[in-house]
Amino acid sequence: MHELGITQNLVEIAANTARANGAARVLSVSVTIGELAGVIPEAVEFAFDVVTRGTLLEGAKLVIQRIPGRGRCAACGTESPIDQYTFSCPVCDAPALDRLQGDELKITELEIE
Amino acid sequence: MCTDCGCAAPTHPPDHEHSHNHDHGHEHGPRSLKIEEDLLAKNNRLATGNRQRFQKAGLFVLNLVSSPGSGKTTLLERTLADLQGKYSFAVLEGDQQTANDAERIAVTGTPVYQINTGAGCHLDAHMVGHGVDHFDLDQTEILLVENVGNLVCPASFDLGEDHKVVVLSVTEGEDKPLKYPQMFQAADLMIVNKIDLLPFLSFELEKCKGFARQVNPKIRILELSCLSGEGMEGWYDWLEEGVNRKKQ
Repeated sequence: MHELGITQNLVEIAANTARANGAARVLSVSVTIGELAGVIPEAVEFAFDVVTRGTLLEGAKLVIQRIPGRGRCAACGTESPIDQYTFSCPVCDAPALDRLQGDELKITELEIE
Repeated sequence: MCTDCGCAAPTHPPDHEHSHNHDHGHEHGPRSLKIEEDLLAKNNRLATGNRQRFQKAGLFVLNLVSSPGSGKTTLLERTLADLQGKYSFAVLEGDQQTANDAERIAVTGTPVYQINTGAGCHLDAHMVGHGVDHFDLDQTEILLVENVGNLVCPASFDLGEDHKVVVLSVTEGEDKPLKYPQMFQAADLMIVNKIDLLPFLSFELEKCKGFARQVNPKIRILELSCLSGEGMEGWYDWLEEGVNRKKQ
C-alpha cells in the first residue's frame, strides 16, 4: 500500500524536473526498483495511472527496470543471488549476508518535450 | 521551528510562484534527461531533519511497530504509569482513524498527540515533524512514536528515531519474523508480549526467537507481559540505557 506514496514522490520529482527544464509534457519516466526494496512494481504501475492525472506526466509511459538481489557472505566470501527471504549464505549457511544490490529505489531518466 | 518540508502548514513559508527574469531556450522535440534521485529521498531528508532536532533536544526516540492488536498501546500505558516521575515522556499516536489511543494515553497525564493517516498505511517523517510541534521537546526525555499497526509498510519509512522496536504478541504465531522479514530486519529490539498467555497456547517461544535472529542476527529480544508485569524490568533497563547514552 505504501507504493501509492512512493508513486506520488516519483511523479512529484518528475514533474518538478520537467518544469525546470521547460517541458510541456513528459513522454516517459524510467525507474529502477530492486527486488529487495520492499516495493511491488505492479502496485507502482497501478498507482501511476491515477497519480499522473492532471499532471505533466498524464499519458506518460512508465519504464521499470528491476534489479535482482545479490549478496556476499561475510564468512566465506561467496557472492550469490538472494531474495527477500534469503537470510543465510546458500553455500555455507552463515547468517551473515551483506547486500550488494537489490535495495535500489530511484528515478533514473525522463523523456520530455 | 520546523524542517523545510515545503508543505503549506502555517509554520512554513507560504507556497508562492517564482517570477522568471530570464527566457528559457525553446527546444523542440523529445529529449532525454538523466536523473538519479531516490524515491524515498524526501522522507529521508525530513527524517534527517527530525533526527537533528531530536539530537539537539537530547531526546531518546523510539518508533514502535507491530501488527494491529499486539499490545503497543497497553505497553505504553503500563510504561508511562510505572515510570511516572522518573522520565518526562511525550507520545505520538499513529492510526488510520479515531483518537482512541491518544485518549488512553492522555489518562496517564503524558503529553500526547494523535496523527490520523486516513488512507495511509504508515507514519512518515513529515507527519512526525509536525506532530512533535505539539510538544516542548526541551522538556522531554523520551519520545515514543506508536506507528500504524502494520508489519509491512512502516519498515520502509525512517522517522528520525533512534530505534525501531517491533512488538510481537504470542497469539500471533511464531513465524511472523519469517513472513515479514523487512520489519524484523529494520528493528533493533523485538518485544515478545503477552507471555502470560503462553501456558494456554502452542506458541513456541524459542522457535520464534530463532526465527527473529535468523532474519536479523543483531536483534535484541525481550519477553514480557504488560498485564502481569513479568519481564517489564528488562524493558525499563533497556530504556534507561538509551536515555543515559543520550545524556553522555
